[in-house]
Amino acid sequence: MLLQALAFYLFAFVTIAAGAMVVASRNPVYSVLFLILAFFNAAALFLLIGAEFVAMILVIVYVGAVAVLFLFVVMMLDIKVAELREGFLKYAPIGSLIGIVLLAEILLALGVFGGGSPTIATLNQAGAHVGSVENTRAIGRVLYTQYFFLFQSAGVVLLVAMIGAIVLTLRRRPGVRRQRVAEQLYRPKDQAIAVVKVPTRGGVS
Amino acid sequence: MYADLIHFFTTHWLGQAIVILAECLAVTVPLLVAVAYMTYADRKIWASIQLRRGPNVVGPFGLLQPFADGLKLLLKETIVPSSANTVLFLIAPMITFMTALISWAVVPFSDGWVIANINVGILYLFAISSLGVYGIIIAGWASNSKYAFLGALRSAAQMVSYEVSIGFVLVTVLLCVGSLNLSKVVLAQAGWFWNWYWLPLLPMFVIFFISALAETNRTPFDLPMSEAELVQGFQTEYSSMPFALFFLGEYANMILLSAMGSVLFLGGWMSPIPYAPFTYIPGVVWFALKIASLLFVFSWTKGTLPRYRYDQLMRLGWKVFLPISLGWLVLTAAVLQFGGLVPGK
Repeated sequence: MLLQALAFYLFAFVTIAAGAMVVASRNPVYSVLFLILAFFNAAALFLLIGAEFVAMILVIVYVGAVAVLFLFVVMMLDIKVAELREGFLKYAPIGSLIGIVLLAEILLALGVFGGGSPTIATLNQAGAHVGSVENTRAIGRVLYTQYFFLFQSAGVVLLVAMIGAIVLTLRRRPGVRRQRVAEQLYRPKDQAIAVVKVPTRGGVS
Repeated sequence: MYADLIHFFTTHWLGQAIVILAECLAVTVPLLVAVAYMTYADRKIWASIQLRRGPNVVGPFGLLQPFADGLKLLLKETIVPSSANTVLFLIAPMITFMTALISWAVVPFSDGWVIANINVGILYLFAISSLGVYGIIIAGWASNSKYAFLGALRSAAQMVSYEVSIGFVLVTVLLCVGSLNLSKVVLAQAGWFWNWYWLPLLPMFVIFFISALAETNRTPFDLPMSEAELVQGFQTEYSSMPFALFFLGEYANMILLSAMGSVLFLGGWMSPIPYAPFTYIPGVVWFALKIASLLFVFSWTKGTLPRYRYDQLMRLGWKVFLPISLGWLVLTAAVLQFGGLVPGK
Protein backbone atom coordinates (compact mmCIF):
# COMPACT_ATOMS: atom_id res chain seq x y z
CA MET A 1 0.00 0.00 0.00
CA LEU A 2 2.84 2.36 0.89
CA LEU A 3 4.50 1.63 -2.43
CA GLN A 4 1.25 2.32 -4.25
CA ALA A 5 0.80 5.64 -2.46
CA LEU A 6 4.37 6.63 -3.30
CA ALA A 7 3.82 5.71 -6.93
CA PHE A 8 0.61 7.74 -7.00
CA TYR A 9 2.29 10.86 -5.64
CA LEU A 10 5.23 10.44 -8.01
CA PHE A 11 3.03 10.09 -11.11
CA ALA A 12 0.64 12.82 -9.98
CA PHE A 13 3.49 15.22 -9.28
CA VAL A 14 5.16 14.53 -12.64
CA THR A 15 1.82 14.93 -14.46
CA ILE A 16 1.18 18.33 -12.92
CA ALA A 17 4.77 19.50 -13.27
CA ALA A 18 4.86 18.42 -16.93
CA GLY A 19 1.50 20.12 -17.52
CA ALA A 20 2.88 23.34 -16.07
CA MET A 21 5.99 23.04 -18.22
CA VAL A 22 3.84 22.66 -21.36
CA VAL A 23 2.65 26.22 -20.76
CA ALA A 24 5.85 27.61 -19.30
CA SER A 25 8.59 26.29 -21.58
CA ARG A 26 9.95 28.66 -24.20
CA ASN A 27 10.51 26.18 -26.98
CA PRO A 28 7.30 24.74 -28.50
CA VAL A 29 9.04 21.41 -29.21
CA TYR A 30 9.78 21.11 -25.50
CA SER A 31 6.13 21.91 -24.82
CA VAL A 32 5.00 18.96 -26.94
CA LEU A 33 7.52 16.67 -25.30
CA PHE A 34 6.29 17.72 -21.84
CA LEU A 35 2.73 17.13 -23.04
CA ILE A 36 3.74 13.59 -23.97
CA LEU A 37 5.27 13.12 -20.52
CA ALA A 38 2.01 14.34 -18.96
CA PHE A 39 -0.04 11.88 -21.08
CA PHE A 40 2.24 9.08 -20.10
CA ASN A 41 1.98 9.77 -16.39
CA ALA A 42 -1.79 10.10 -16.66
CA ALA A 43 -1.80 6.62 -18.20
CA ALA A 44 0.26 5.38 -15.25
CA LEU A 45 -2.32 6.91 -12.87
CA PHE A 46 -5.07 5.00 -14.70
CA LEU A 47 -3.03 1.83 -14.24
CA LEU A 48 -2.81 2.47 -10.49
CA ILE A 49 -6.60 2.52 -10.13
CA GLY A 50 -6.81 -0.68 -12.17
CA ALA A 51 -8.15 0.85 -15.39
CA GLU A 52 -5.62 -1.00 -17.55
CA PHE A 53 -7.61 -0.78 -20.79
CA VAL A 54 -8.08 2.99 -20.56
CA ALA A 55 -4.39 3.41 -19.70
CA MET A 56 -3.25 1.47 -22.77
CA ILE A 57 -5.71 3.25 -25.07
CA LEU A 58 -4.48 6.59 -23.72
CA VAL A 59 -0.92 5.68 -24.63
CA ILE A 60 -1.82 4.25 -28.04
CA VAL A 61 -4.12 7.06 -29.16
CA TYR A 62 -2.66 10.17 -27.56
CA VAL A 63 1.01 9.36 -27.17
CA GLY A 64 1.36 7.05 -30.17
CA ALA A 65 -0.70 8.93 -32.71
CA VAL A 66 -1.96 12.41 -31.76
CA ALA A 67 1.22 13.67 -30.10
CA VAL A 68 3.35 12.36 -32.98
CA LEU A 69 1.37 14.56 -35.36
CA PHE A 70 1.70 17.51 -32.95
CA LEU A 71 5.45 17.01 -32.80
CA PHE A 72 5.56 16.64 -36.56
CA VAL A 73 3.81 19.96 -37.13
CA VAL A 74 5.64 21.88 -34.40
CA MET A 75 9.04 20.72 -35.62
CA MET A 76 8.25 21.84 -39.16
CA LEU A 77 7.11 25.31 -38.10
CA ASP A 78 9.65 28.11 -38.09
CA ILE A 79 8.66 29.76 -34.82
CA LYS A 80 10.27 32.82 -33.33
CA VAL A 81 10.40 32.17 -29.60
CA ALA A 82 10.26 35.87 -28.63
CA GLU A 83 7.03 36.50 -30.55
CA LEU A 84 5.38 33.60 -28.77
CA ARG A 85 5.98 35.16 -25.37
CA GLU A 86 4.16 38.37 -26.29
CA GLY A 87 0.80 36.66 -26.67
CA PHE A 88 1.08 34.96 -23.30
CA LEU A 89 -0.62 37.59 -21.13
CA LYS A 90 -3.23 38.35 -23.78
CA TYR A 91 -4.48 34.76 -23.83
CA ALA A 92 -4.05 34.06 -20.11
CA PRO A 93 -7.62 35.17 -19.11
CA ILE A 94 -9.26 33.01 -21.80
CA GLY A 95 -7.09 30.04 -20.86
CA SER A 96 -7.87 30.32 -17.17
CA LEU A 97 -11.59 30.73 -17.94
CA ILE A 98 -11.57 27.44 -19.89
CA GLY A 99 -9.67 25.82 -17.03
CA ILE A 100 -12.24 27.02 -14.47
CA VAL A 101 -15.14 25.75 -16.63
CA LEU A 102 -13.49 22.31 -16.92
CA LEU A 103 -12.84 22.17 -13.17
CA ALA A 104 -16.47 23.13 -12.47
CA GLU A 105 -17.65 20.37 -14.83
CA ILE A 106 -15.55 17.78 -13.04
CA LEU A 107 -16.85 18.92 -9.65
CA LEU A 108 -20.42 18.85 -10.99
CA ALA A 109 -19.95 15.34 -12.30
CA LEU A 110 -18.65 14.22 -8.92
CA GLY A 111 -21.72 15.71 -7.21
CA VAL A 112 -19.85 18.24 -5.08
CA PHE A 113 -22.60 20.86 -5.56
CA GLY A 114 -25.23 18.41 -4.30
CA GLY A 115 -27.99 16.71 -6.26
CA GLY A 116 -26.19 13.36 -6.42
CA SER A 117 -23.73 12.33 -9.06
CA PRO A 118 -24.92 10.92 -12.38
CA THR A 119 -21.37 9.86 -13.18
CA ILE A 120 -20.91 7.83 -10.06
CA ALA A 121 -24.28 6.16 -10.65
CA THR A 122 -23.08 5.17 -14.13
CA LEU A 123 -19.79 3.96 -12.73
CA ASN A 124 -21.60 1.78 -10.23
CA GLN A 125 -23.72 0.41 -13.05
CA ALA A 126 -20.57 -0.48 -14.95
CA GLY A 127 -19.08 -1.84 -11.76
CA ALA A 128 -21.96 -4.29 -11.48
CA HIS A 129 -20.67 -5.85 -14.69
CA VAL A 130 -17.07 -6.00 -13.48
CA GLY A 131 -16.78 -8.36 -10.52
CA SER A 132 -14.59 -11.20 -11.75
CA VAL A 133 -14.71 -10.08 -15.40
CA GLU A 134 -11.62 -8.42 -16.80
CA ASN A 135 -11.55 -4.69 -17.37
CA THR A 136 -11.72 -4.71 -21.18
CA ARG A 137 -14.71 -7.05 -21.26
CA ALA A 138 -16.59 -4.95 -18.70
CA ILE A 139 -16.11 -1.77 -20.74
CA GLY A 140 -17.13 -3.58 -23.92
CA ARG A 141 -20.32 -4.88 -22.32
CA VAL A 142 -21.46 -1.41 -21.31
CA LEU A 143 -20.23 0.34 -24.43
CA TYR A 144 -21.80 -2.05 -26.94
CA THR A 145 -25.16 -2.50 -25.19
CA GLN A 146 -26.26 0.45 -23.12
CA TYR A 147 -24.35 3.18 -24.96
CA PHE A 148 -24.34 1.55 -28.37
CA PHE A 149 -25.99 4.43 -30.25
CA LEU A 150 -23.91 7.09 -28.53
CA PHE A 151 -20.79 5.10 -29.36
CA GLN A 152 -21.78 4.70 -32.99
CA SER A 153 -22.69 8.37 -33.36
CA ALA A 154 -19.33 9.35 -31.87
CA GLY A 155 -17.75 7.24 -34.60
CA VAL A 156 -19.87 8.93 -37.28
CA VAL A 157 -18.90 12.38 -35.95
CA LEU A 158 -15.22 11.46 -36.19
CA LEU A 159 -15.72 10.10 -39.71
CA VAL A 160 -17.41 13.34 -40.79
CA ALA A 161 -14.56 15.34 -39.26
CA MET A 162 -12.04 13.25 -41.16
CA ILE A 163 -13.85 13.64 -44.47
CA GLY A 164 -14.16 17.36 -43.79
CA ALA A 165 -10.40 17.68 -43.26
CA ILE A 166 -9.72 15.77 -46.47
CA VAL A 167 -12.17 17.93 -48.46
CA LEU A 168 -10.58 21.11 -47.10
CA THR A 169 -7.05 20.12 -48.01
CA LEU A 170 -7.68 18.31 -51.29
CA ARG A 171 -6.28 20.14 -54.27
CA ARG A 172 -6.88 18.93 -57.78
CA ARG A 173 -3.87 19.78 -59.87
CA PRO A 174 -4.20 19.27 -63.60
CA GLY A 175 -1.50 17.56 -65.56
CA VAL A 176 -0.24 15.28 -62.79
CA ARG A 177 0.95 11.95 -64.11
CA ARG A 178 0.00 9.24 -61.68
CA GLN A 179 1.31 5.74 -61.44
CA ARG A 180 -1.47 3.29 -62.24
CA VAL A 181 -0.31 0.11 -60.62
CA ALA A 182 -3.19 -2.05 -61.87
CA GLU A 183 -2.48 -1.02 -65.48
CA GLN A 184 1.18 -1.79 -65.06
CA LEU A 185 0.46 -5.19 -63.61
CA TYR A 186 -2.06 -6.16 -66.29
CA ARG A 187 0.23 -5.17 -69.15
CA PRO A 188 0.67 -8.26 -71.33
CA LYS A 189 4.08 -9.65 -72.13
CA ASP A 190 4.12 -8.69 -75.81
CA GLN A 191 3.68 -5.01 -74.90
CA ALA A 192 6.36 -5.01 -72.28
CA ILE A 193 9.12 -7.10 -73.78
CA ALA A 194 10.51 -7.00 -77.28
CA VAL A 195 12.99 -9.60 -78.44
CA VAL A 196 15.36 -7.87 -80.84
CA LYS A 197 18.03 -9.39 -82.97
CA VAL A 198 20.80 -6.82 -82.74
CA PRO A 199 23.38 -6.79 -85.51
CA THR A 200 26.98 -6.40 -84.37
CA ARG A 201 27.94 -2.71 -84.12
CA GLY A 202 24.40 -1.87 -85.20
CA GLY A 203 22.79 -1.06 -81.86
CA VAL A 204 19.08 -0.85 -81.14
CA SER A 205 17.18 1.97 -82.80
CA MET B 1 15.75 -22.71 6.27
CA TYR B 2 14.43 -23.55 2.82
CA ALA B 3 10.91 -22.54 3.78
CA ASP B 4 12.30 -19.31 5.21
CA LEU B 5 13.94 -18.49 1.90
CA ILE B 6 10.73 -19.12 -0.02
CA HIS B 7 8.87 -16.99 2.49
CA PHE B 8 11.43 -14.18 2.06
CA PHE B 9 11.27 -14.19 -1.73
CA THR B 10 7.48 -14.38 -1.98
CA THR B 11 6.31 -12.04 0.77
CA HIS B 12 9.03 -9.64 1.89
CA TRP B 13 9.25 -6.51 -0.28
CA LEU B 14 13.03 -6.79 -0.59
CA GLY B 15 12.79 -10.43 -1.68
CA GLN B 16 10.12 -9.55 -4.23
CA ALA B 17 12.28 -6.73 -5.55
CA ILE B 18 15.22 -9.14 -5.93
CA VAL B 19 13.00 -11.62 -7.78
CA ILE B 20 11.72 -8.93 -10.16
CA LEU B 21 15.28 -7.72 -10.81
CA ALA B 22 16.44 -11.28 -11.49
CA GLU B 23 13.53 -11.82 -13.89
CA CYS B 24 14.39 -8.65 -15.80
CA LEU B 25 18.03 -9.70 -16.07
CA ALA B 26 17.02 -13.21 -17.14
CA VAL B 27 15.17 -11.69 -20.10
CA THR B 28 17.50 -8.79 -20.93
CA VAL B 29 20.85 -10.57 -20.93
CA PRO B 30 19.85 -13.39 -23.35
CA LEU B 31 18.08 -10.77 -25.45
CA LEU B 32 21.23 -8.69 -25.80
CA VAL B 33 23.27 -11.78 -26.67
CA ALA B 34 20.58 -12.65 -29.22
CA VAL B 35 20.86 -9.14 -30.66
CA ALA B 36 24.63 -9.52 -30.94
CA TYR B 37 24.31 -12.82 -32.78
CA MET B 38 21.44 -11.50 -34.88
CA THR B 39 23.85 -8.94 -36.36
CA TYR B 40 26.31 -11.76 -37.02
CA ALA B 41 23.64 -13.98 -38.59
CA ASP B 42 22.40 -11.06 -40.66
CA ARG B 43 25.86 -10.45 -42.10
CA LYS B 44 26.46 -14.14 -42.74
CA ILE B 45 23.12 -14.50 -44.53
CA TRP B 46 23.70 -11.47 -46.77
CA ALA B 47 27.18 -12.76 -47.45
CA SER B 48 25.81 -16.13 -48.56
CA ILE B 49 23.22 -14.43 -50.75
CA GLN B 50 25.96 -12.37 -52.39
CA LEU B 51 28.38 -15.35 -52.62
CA ARG B 52 30.78 -13.90 -50.06
CA ARG B 53 32.05 -15.33 -46.80
CA GLY B 54 31.02 -12.64 -44.35
CA PRO B 55 32.81 -12.07 -41.02
CA ASN B 56 35.28 -14.92 -40.52
CA VAL B 57 38.37 -13.43 -38.90
CA VAL B 58 37.58 -12.71 -35.24
CA GLY B 59 37.24 -16.01 -33.40
CA PRO B 60 36.22 -19.34 -34.97
CA PHE B 61 33.96 -18.68 -38.02
CA GLY B 62 34.01 -15.02 -36.99
CA LEU B 63 31.79 -15.82 -34.02
CA LEU B 64 33.38 -13.15 -31.83
CA GLN B 65 32.83 -10.43 -34.43
CA PRO B 66 29.73 -8.87 -32.73
CA PHE B 67 31.67 -8.47 -29.47
CA ALA B 68 34.62 -6.92 -31.26
CA ASP B 69 32.23 -4.48 -32.92
CA GLY B 70 30.57 -3.67 -29.61
CA LEU B 71 33.89 -3.07 -27.91
CA LYS B 72 34.99 -0.83 -30.75
CA LEU B 73 31.84 1.29 -30.46
CA LEU B 74 32.32 1.50 -26.69
CA LEU B 75 35.85 2.83 -27.04
CA LYS B 76 35.13 5.45 -29.69
CA GLU B 77 34.60 9.08 -28.83
CA THR B 78 31.02 10.31 -28.44
CA ILE B 79 30.67 13.27 -30.77
CA VAL B 80 27.85 15.73 -30.16
CA PRO B 81 27.49 18.31 -32.96
CA SER B 82 28.01 21.82 -31.63
CA SER B 83 24.64 23.07 -32.92
CA ALA B 84 22.73 20.03 -31.69
CA ASN B 85 20.38 20.05 -28.75
CA THR B 86 22.61 18.07 -26.40
CA VAL B 87 20.01 16.77 -23.94
CA LEU B 88 17.52 15.57 -26.54
CA PHE B 89 20.36 14.32 -28.75
CA LEU B 90 21.46 11.95 -26.01
CA ILE B 91 17.97 11.05 -24.77
CA ALA B 92 16.77 9.88 -28.20
CA PRO B 93 18.87 6.69 -28.47
CA MET B 94 18.00 5.85 -24.88
CA ILE B 95 14.28 6.05 -25.72
CA THR B 96 14.73 3.76 -28.71
CA PHE B 97 16.71 1.24 -26.68
CA MET B 98 14.40 1.37 -23.68
CA THR B 99 11.16 0.96 -25.63
CA ALA B 100 12.72 -2.01 -27.42
CA LEU B 101 13.50 -3.65 -24.08
CA ILE B 102 10.40 -2.94 -21.95
CA SER B 103 8.06 -4.62 -24.43
CA TRP B 104 9.60 -7.95 -23.49
CA ALA B 105 7.94 -7.78 -20.08
CA VAL B 106 4.72 -9.26 -21.46
CA VAL B 107 6.09 -11.77 -23.99
CA PRO B 108 5.35 -15.35 -22.86
CA PHE B 109 8.43 -17.52 -23.46
CA SER B 110 6.75 -20.71 -22.34
CA ASP B 111 3.71 -21.75 -20.33
CA GLY B 112 3.82 -19.36 -17.37
CA TRP B 113 7.26 -18.00 -18.29
CA VAL B 114 6.36 -14.34 -18.46
CA ILE B 115 7.41 -11.42 -16.27
CA ALA B 116 4.05 -9.64 -16.29
CA ASN B 117 1.09 -11.76 -17.29
CA ILE B 118 -1.23 -8.78 -17.76
CA ASN B 119 -4.68 -8.93 -19.27
CA VAL B 120 -4.01 -6.26 -21.88
CA GLY B 121 -0.75 -7.75 -23.20
CA ILE B 122 -1.51 -7.14 -26.87
CA LEU B 123 -2.46 -3.53 -26.21
CA TYR B 124 0.70 -3.06 -24.13
CA LEU B 125 2.86 -4.33 -26.99
CA PHE B 126 1.04 -2.09 -29.44
CA ALA B 127 1.34 0.93 -27.14
CA ILE B 128 5.06 0.46 -26.55
CA SER B 129 5.80 -0.19 -30.21
CA SER B 130 4.03 3.06 -31.06
CA LEU B 131 6.44 4.85 -28.71
CA GLY B 132 9.48 3.72 -30.69
CA VAL B 133 8.89 6.50 -33.20
CA TYR B 134 9.79 9.15 -30.59
CA GLY B 135 13.40 8.08 -30.34
CA ILE B 136 13.76 8.51 -34.07
CA ILE B 137 11.89 11.77 -34.48
CA ILE B 138 13.64 13.38 -31.48
CA ALA B 139 17.01 12.21 -32.82
CA GLY B 140 16.24 13.77 -36.19
CA TRP B 141 15.22 17.08 -34.71
CA ALA B 142 17.94 17.31 -32.05
CA SER B 143 20.75 16.57 -34.52
CA ASN B 144 20.05 19.88 -36.27
CA SER B 145 21.00 18.41 -39.62
CA LYS B 146 19.02 18.24 -42.86
CA TYR B 147 19.72 14.57 -43.51
CA ALA B 148 18.80 13.55 -40.00
CA PHE B 149 15.61 15.59 -40.04
CA LEU B 150 14.44 14.29 -43.42
CA GLY B 151 15.15 10.74 -42.30
CA ALA B 152 13.21 11.26 -39.08
CA LEU B 153 10.20 12.72 -40.91
CA ARG B 154 10.13 9.81 -43.33
CA SER B 155 10.45 7.33 -40.52
CA ALA B 156 7.69 8.92 -38.43
CA ALA B 157 5.24 9.01 -41.34
CA GLN B 158 6.08 5.44 -42.27
CA MET B 159 5.75 4.02 -38.77
CA VAL B 160 2.47 5.80 -38.08
CA SER B 161 1.02 4.53 -41.37
CA TYR B 162 1.95 0.91 -40.88
CA GLU B 163 0.87 0.89 -37.25
CA VAL B 164 -2.70 1.26 -38.50
CA SER B 165 -2.63 -2.03 -40.37
CA ILE B 166 -0.76 -3.76 -37.53
CA GLY B 167 -3.54 -2.55 -35.24
CA PHE B 168 -6.20 -4.17 -37.42
CA VAL B 169 -4.21 -7.39 -37.56
CA LEU B 170 -4.02 -7.44 -33.76
CA VAL B 171 -7.77 -6.79 -33.48
CA THR B 172 -8.49 -9.70 -35.83
CA VAL B 173 -6.36 -12.05 -33.75
CA LEU B 174 -7.93 -10.94 -30.50
CA LEU B 175 -11.39 -11.47 -32.00
CA CYS B 176 -10.44 -15.10 -32.62
CA VAL B 177 -8.96 -15.49 -29.13
CA GLY B 178 -11.47 -13.51 -27.10
CA SER B 179 -8.76 -12.17 -24.81
CA LEU B 180 -5.98 -9.59 -24.86
CA ASN B 181 -3.71 -11.76 -22.74
CA LEU B 182 -0.75 -13.05 -24.77
CA SER B 183 -0.58 -16.38 -22.92
CA LYS B 184 -4.23 -16.98 -23.77
CA VAL B 185 -3.49 -16.07 -27.39
CA VAL B 186 -0.97 -18.91 -27.47
CA LEU B 187 -3.20 -21.35 -25.58
CA ALA B 188 -6.04 -20.66 -28.03
CA GLN B 189 -3.82 -22.03 -30.84
CA ALA B 190 -3.20 -25.39 -29.16
CA GLY B 191 -2.90 -28.47 -31.37
CA TRP B 192 -1.33 -29.29 -34.70
CA PHE B 193 0.54 -26.61 -36.57
CA TRP B 194 -2.36 -26.04 -38.94
CA ASN B 195 -4.42 -24.92 -35.94
CA TRP B 196 -2.10 -21.97 -35.46
CA TYR B 197 -3.50 -18.71 -36.77
CA TRP B 198 -1.09 -18.41 -39.68
CA LEU B 199 -3.36 -20.64 -41.78
CA PRO B 200 -6.87 -19.34 -40.98
CA LEU B 201 -5.60 -15.75 -40.98
CA LEU B 202 -3.00 -16.15 -43.73
CA PRO B 203 -3.55 -12.73 -45.40
CA MET B 204 -3.23 -11.06 -42.00
CA PHE B 205 0.02 -12.91 -41.33
CA VAL B 206 1.46 -11.64 -44.61
CA ILE B 207 0.29 -8.10 -43.88
CA PHE B 208 1.71 -8.32 -40.36
CA PHE B 209 5.09 -9.43 -41.60
CA ILE B 210 5.36 -6.75 -44.28
CA SER B 211 4.20 -4.10 -41.81
CA ALA B 212 6.81 -5.38 -39.37
CA LEU B 213 9.47 -4.75 -42.02
CA ALA B 214 8.16 -1.20 -42.39
CA GLU B 215 7.94 -0.68 -38.62
CA THR B 216 11.57 -1.63 -38.12
CA ASN B 217 12.76 0.43 -41.10
CA ARG B 218 14.20 -2.63 -42.82
CA THR B 219 14.68 -3.16 -46.52
CA PRO B 220 12.63 -2.82 -48.73
CA PHE B 221 11.28 0.00 -46.52
CA ASP B 222 14.55 1.43 -45.24
CA LEU B 223 13.90 4.88 -46.70
CA PRO B 224 14.57 6.68 -43.41
CA MET B 225 18.23 5.74 -43.71
CA SER B 226 18.59 5.19 -47.41
CA GLU B 227 22.30 5.75 -47.76
CA ALA B 228 22.18 6.95 -51.34
CA GLU B 229 20.04 9.98 -50.51
CA LEU B 230 20.24 10.68 -46.78
CA VAL B 231 23.72 9.45 -45.73
CA GLN B 232 22.39 7.43 -42.75
CA GLY B 233 19.10 9.25 -42.08
CA PHE B 234 18.40 10.08 -38.45
CA GLN B 235 21.59 8.29 -37.38
CA THR B 236 23.85 10.53 -39.46
CA GLU B 237 25.23 12.57 -36.55
CA TYR B 238 25.52 9.68 -34.10
CA SER B 239 28.71 7.92 -33.15
CA SER B 240 30.03 5.59 -30.50
CA MET B 241 27.64 4.51 -27.70
CA PRO B 242 24.56 6.53 -28.77
CA PHE B 243 24.86 4.91 -32.20
CA ALA B 244 25.28 1.51 -30.56
CA LEU B 245 22.08 2.09 -28.55
CA PHE B 246 20.18 2.87 -31.77
CA PHE B 247 21.64 -0.19 -33.39
CA LEU B 248 20.81 -2.47 -30.47
CA GLY B 249 17.34 -0.98 -30.19
CA GLU B 250 16.65 -1.61 -33.87
CA TYR B 251 17.69 -5.24 -33.72
CA ALA B 252 15.86 -5.77 -30.41
CA ASN B 253 12.77 -4.35 -32.12
CA MET B 254 13.16 -6.78 -35.00
CA ILE B 255 13.40 -9.69 -32.58
CA LEU B 256 10.39 -8.32 -30.71
CA LEU B 257 8.25 -8.12 -33.84
CA SER B 258 9.30 -11.66 -34.77
CA ALA B 259 8.31 -12.75 -31.26
CA MET B 260 4.98 -11.00 -31.72
CA GLY B 261 4.53 -12.78 -35.03
CA SER B 262 5.28 -16.14 -33.42
CA VAL B 263 2.90 -15.51 -30.52
CA LEU B 264 0.06 -14.25 -32.69
CA PHE B 265 0.36 -16.55 -35.70
CA LEU B 266 2.82 -19.38 -35.07
CA GLY B 267 1.53 -20.72 -31.76
CA GLY B 268 4.17 -19.20 -29.46
CA TRP B 269 5.79 -21.92 -27.38
CA MET B 270 3.61 -24.73 -28.80
CA SER B 271 5.25 -27.67 -30.52
CA PRO B 272 4.09 -28.09 -34.14
CA ILE B 273 3.17 -31.73 -33.53
CA PRO B 274 1.34 -32.15 -30.22
CA TYR B 275 2.68 -35.69 -29.53
CA ALA B 276 5.27 -37.32 -27.34
CA PRO B 277 8.83 -36.81 -28.60
CA PHE B 278 8.12 -33.28 -29.73
CA THR B 279 6.37 -32.14 -26.58
CA TYR B 280 9.43 -33.12 -24.48
CA ILE B 281 11.34 -30.25 -26.05
CA PRO B 282 10.84 -27.21 -23.80
CA GLY B 283 8.50 -24.53 -25.13
CA VAL B 284 11.15 -21.86 -25.01
CA VAL B 285 13.17 -23.79 -27.63
CA TRP B 286 10.21 -23.90 -30.04
CA PHE B 287 9.61 -20.23 -29.40
CA ALA B 288 13.24 -19.37 -30.14
CA LEU B 289 13.16 -21.49 -33.31
CA LYS B 290 10.05 -19.70 -34.55
CA ILE B 291 11.58 -16.30 -33.82
CA ALA B 292 14.78 -17.33 -35.59
CA SER B 293 12.94 -18.49 -38.70
CA LEU B 294 11.04 -15.20 -38.93
CA LEU B 295 14.31 -13.31 -38.44
CA PHE B 296 15.82 -15.33 -41.25
CA VAL B 297 13.09 -14.02 -43.55
CA PHE B 298 13.97 -10.47 -42.38
CA SER B 299 17.58 -10.97 -43.50
CA TRP B 300 16.56 -12.80 -46.65
CA THR B 301 14.33 -9.89 -47.73
CA LYS B 302 17.12 -7.44 -47.01
CA GLY B 303 19.51 -9.42 -49.19
CA THR B 304 17.00 -9.82 -52.01
CA LEU B 305 14.68 -6.87 -52.51
CA PRO B 306 15.44 -3.37 -53.79
CA ARG B 307 14.18 -0.32 -51.93
CA TYR B 308 10.63 1.00 -52.40
CA ARG B 309 9.91 4.49 -53.64
CA TYR B 310 8.39 6.67 -50.91
CA ASP B 311 5.04 7.28 -52.61
CA GLN B 312 4.75 3.56 -53.33
CA LEU B 313 5.39 2.85 -49.67
CA MET B 314 2.59 5.19 -48.61
CA ARG B 315 0.27 3.79 -51.27
CA LEU B 316 0.92 0.25 -50.05
CA GLY B 317 0.21 1.21 -46.45
CA TRP B 318 -2.91 3.30 -46.89
CA LYS B 319 -4.50 2.06 -50.11
CA VAL B 320 -3.69 -1.65 -50.02
CA PHE B 321 -3.06 -2.87 -46.48
CA LEU B 322 -5.62 -0.70 -44.70
CA PRO B 323 -8.63 -1.77 -46.86
CA ILE B 324 -7.55 -5.42 -46.93
CA SER B 325 -7.01 -5.65 -43.18
CA LEU B 326 -10.24 -3.77 -42.46
CA GLY B 327 -12.16 -6.04 -44.83
CA TRP B 328 -10.63 -9.16 -43.35
CA LEU B 329 -11.48 -7.91 -39.86
CA VAL B 330 -15.16 -7.52 -40.82
CA LEU B 331 -15.09 -10.92 -42.53
CA THR B 332 -13.58 -12.57 -39.45
CA ALA B 333 -16.13 -10.94 -37.19
CA ALA B 334 -18.96 -12.08 -39.47
CA VAL B 335 -17.67 -15.66 -39.66
CA LEU B 336 -17.24 -15.83 -35.89
CA GLN B 337 -20.69 -14.36 -35.25
CA PHE B 338 -22.73 -16.29 -37.81
CA GLY B 339 -20.69 -19.47 -37.55
CA GLY B 340 -21.33 -19.55 -33.83
CA LEU B 341 -17.59 -19.53 -33.14
CA VAL B 342 -17.40 -16.50 -30.87
CA PRO B 343 -14.89 -17.39 -28.13
CA GLY B 344 -15.74 -17.05 -24.46
CA LYS B 345 -19.51 -17.20 -24.87
